[in-house]
Amino acid sequence: MSQAVLDQLKGRFGEAVLETHNRFGNETALVKKESLLAVLKFLKEECGFEMLMDLCGVDHLPETPRFEVVYHLKSFSRGYRVRIKVRIAEEDPVVDSAVSVWKGANWYERECREFYGIKFKGHPDLRPLLLYPEFEGYPLRKDYPHKKRQPRLPLLKPETR
Amino acid sequence: MGLEAAFGEGYITSKVEFFINWARKYSLFQYPFITACCGMEYMSTMCAHYDIARFGAEFTRFTPRQADLLLVVGTINHKVAPVLRKVYEQMTEPKWVVSFGACASTGGFYDNYAVLQGIDKIIPVDIYIPGCPPRPEMVLDAFLKIQDQVQKYRVLEQK
Repeated sequence: MSQAVLDQLKGRFGEAVLETHNRFGNETALVKKESLLAVLKFLKEECGFEMLMDLCGVDHLPETPRFEVVYHLKSFSRGYRVRIKVRIAEEDPVVDSAVSVWKGANWYERECREFYGIKFKGHPDLRPLLLYPEFEGYPLRKDYPHKKRQPRLPLLKPETR
Repeated sequence: MGLEAAFGEGYITSKVEFFINWARKYSLFQYPFITACCGMEYMSTMCAHYDIARFGAEFTRFTPRQADLLLVVGTINHKVAPVLRKVYEQMTEPKWVVSFGACASTGGFYDNYAVLQGIDKIIPVDIYIPGCPPRPEMVLDAFLKIQDQVQKYRVLEQK
């Protein structure tokens, strides 16, 4: 159903849309990092995607580029959903913030920053959202040590299971 | 019947310590520190069907300063651990702690960066209730065991 949106996107942005697919009925477009903000603005203003339902990070560790950010969009006026993905290199984990398009991206991006270490350029306030301030590292990265713990209090006995 | 016979009707003899502990164990004021789904089982234990009031423990206090039984119900993660420690320290002596459910006792199936692997790493615990979540009967059983511990408390010899 949202195939029309993907076609529209390809017609408008051409080379910037690297790949589209429709696996399991989920219309998805992989776009270039540089044109991400333009794509999102176009989808909101001209295709009617009023809502950013979710924004999440993915760590594909052995692959390059290593990280991915996924935007789940929903249009209430047309009943469409579409997913936009963007790949991000490990050396430069920065992507444009979507807060200027959807205000709701604010907390999603903060969460994504503290769990994956992906920075969002132009975000008004990238403080940690869920983790405590003294937490070090990015716990949802695949290379975060599985058994690493960062207790805030001195423990009475070691954490063994 | 010794002394009681000498005083006449309406008198019984007992030990001070036994009497204080007896009064204490049937009026446990509890502070529920509820963070997760085990809270549902706690509520069902509190309500009419299982009715914890039968054991004199229906009076929930929402300040730790007035409570003598701390119920830690649910997953405790590293972020909230200092809060739990502070709540425990604010309670007046004597105090007892129940670790309610698998998560509070061991971390449960959350073996990850965020979750404290059992509240006994930060505060002393008297009774552990296993289960995910525990049945209300198990909670009542834990209450009976806490009452036994209260009865054994040495009032006259401070810890």
